[in-house]
Amino acid sequence: MNRTYAPRAHLDHPPFLYSDYRSTVKRAPSHDLVAIVQTLTETTGPGPAWTELSVDDADLTTNAGTGGEAIGQRSIITGRVVDENGAPVPETLIEVWQANACGRYVHWRETAFPAPLDPNFIGVGQFRTGADGEYRFLTIRPGPYPWGNHPNAWRPAHIHFSLMGPSIATRLVTQMYFPDDPLFGLDPIFQSVPPHSRQRMIATYDHDVTVENWALGYRWDIVLRGPGTTQ
Amino acid sequence: MNETIHHGQTPSQTVGPYFTMRLSGEGENVLTTPESVGRRIRIEGRVLDGDRKHIEDALVELWQADSAGRYHHPADRRDDVPMDPAFSGFGRCASDFQTGAYSFLTIKPGPVPHPAGGFQAPHLSLTIQARGMLNPTYTRIYFDDEVEANEVDPVLLSVPDDRRSTLIAVHITDAGSSVPTYRFDIRYQGDDETVFFDV
Ligand SMILES: [Fe+3]
Repeated sequence: MNRTYAPRAHLDHPPFLYSDYRSTVKRAPSHDLVAIVQTLTETTGPGPAWTELSVDDADLTTNAGTGGEAIGQRSIITGRVVDENGAPVPETLIEVWQANACGRYVHWRETAFPAPLDPNFIGVGQFRTGADGEYRFLTIRPGPYPWGNHPNAWRPAHIHFSLMGPSIATRLVTQMYFPDDPLFGLDPIFQSVPPHSRQRMIATYDHDVTVENWALGYRWDIVLRGPGTTQ
Repeated sequence: MNETIHHGQTPSQTVGPYFTMRLSGEGENVLTTPESVGRRIRIEGRVLDGDRKHIEDALVELWQADSAGRYHHPADRRDDVPMDPAFSGFGRCASDFQTGAYSFLTIKPGPVPHPAGGFQAPHLSLTIQARGMLNPTYTRIYFDDEVEANEVDPVLLSVPDDRRSTLIAVHITDAGSSVPTYRFDIRYQGDDETVFFDV
């Protein structure tokens, strides 16, 4: 008996082709996906071993290693990684990257946006979930930033998340957004997600997570594909 | 009654142009160490869009079994198949900005069982993401020098026969190299689009 995974819920995810997001036009598959019976190839994946090799690096406000602190609104992001049945996904690695408080990334391709870099902020981190699937990291709230998709295009503030999960079937790369961003309605990447599942990408402000005189708290749960029928 | 509350899957979003900040570091496309067991092979190819222009910012992730066909994963519980402790089976490569080229140095995997019985032909699993891709795409690499195994592979047989060749890496002669090299391009759109699976 091999564990399998529930199907990818295509209708909860964006389509491959979403023409308002222009670069999907030449990069979306044009043939239908071919169904595959999950074999050991699909029900295994690098997640467990990759997690074992990793070290936690969960404070993005100081991990530039300069001895200085990043400028921006200090924010604690926490939540649980669970499957579709609500079962925790323990000991799984989360990797994150983000822009600084001004909306600037530390990346050689980022040349068009004349916002300042922060010498005390590199914008990357990684950490593992605990036994109950919970994760927590400290960062600064990223700024929105412009991009070239259409005239005067701005991305809502977001943090990029990458999770392997237990198998290649659970691979998830997504973006976490902050509540009430005025740019949601104008952003084709956010809008590419069907309306009923957009809310799942938005963290909620949680005053119980907020630490007095220190940092604001946000909660964001992540749901990976759950178990399928056994074979 | 099953009273489990269903939690909807978190939607996928593009990996964007800046994933190399965190994902795909230097050397992550080399899966072998001197201790790894098995025949070294090199995979190389390009990631190409609907105009056959190179995709300059793709993240290609490789997952595979070791030379005995065993996965380095707790769900592979076949204790009769030895696990190579010096081979993780995972690699990542960011495509080259100028050319869209990617490559891996790895080992030829052994046979992996199929749930319907028998074994699958040796294969590698690829997951591709990029700016302009809102979801990951999954494909498999088979080998052109495994003709007999490929002919009976259940996954290959499930693919329309006029598209099967898009999944088969071609052995290319590389004088001066002791490592056999296979070419596998990943093409989006068009008649010769690579087959992508609904994993
Ligand atoms: Fe971004």
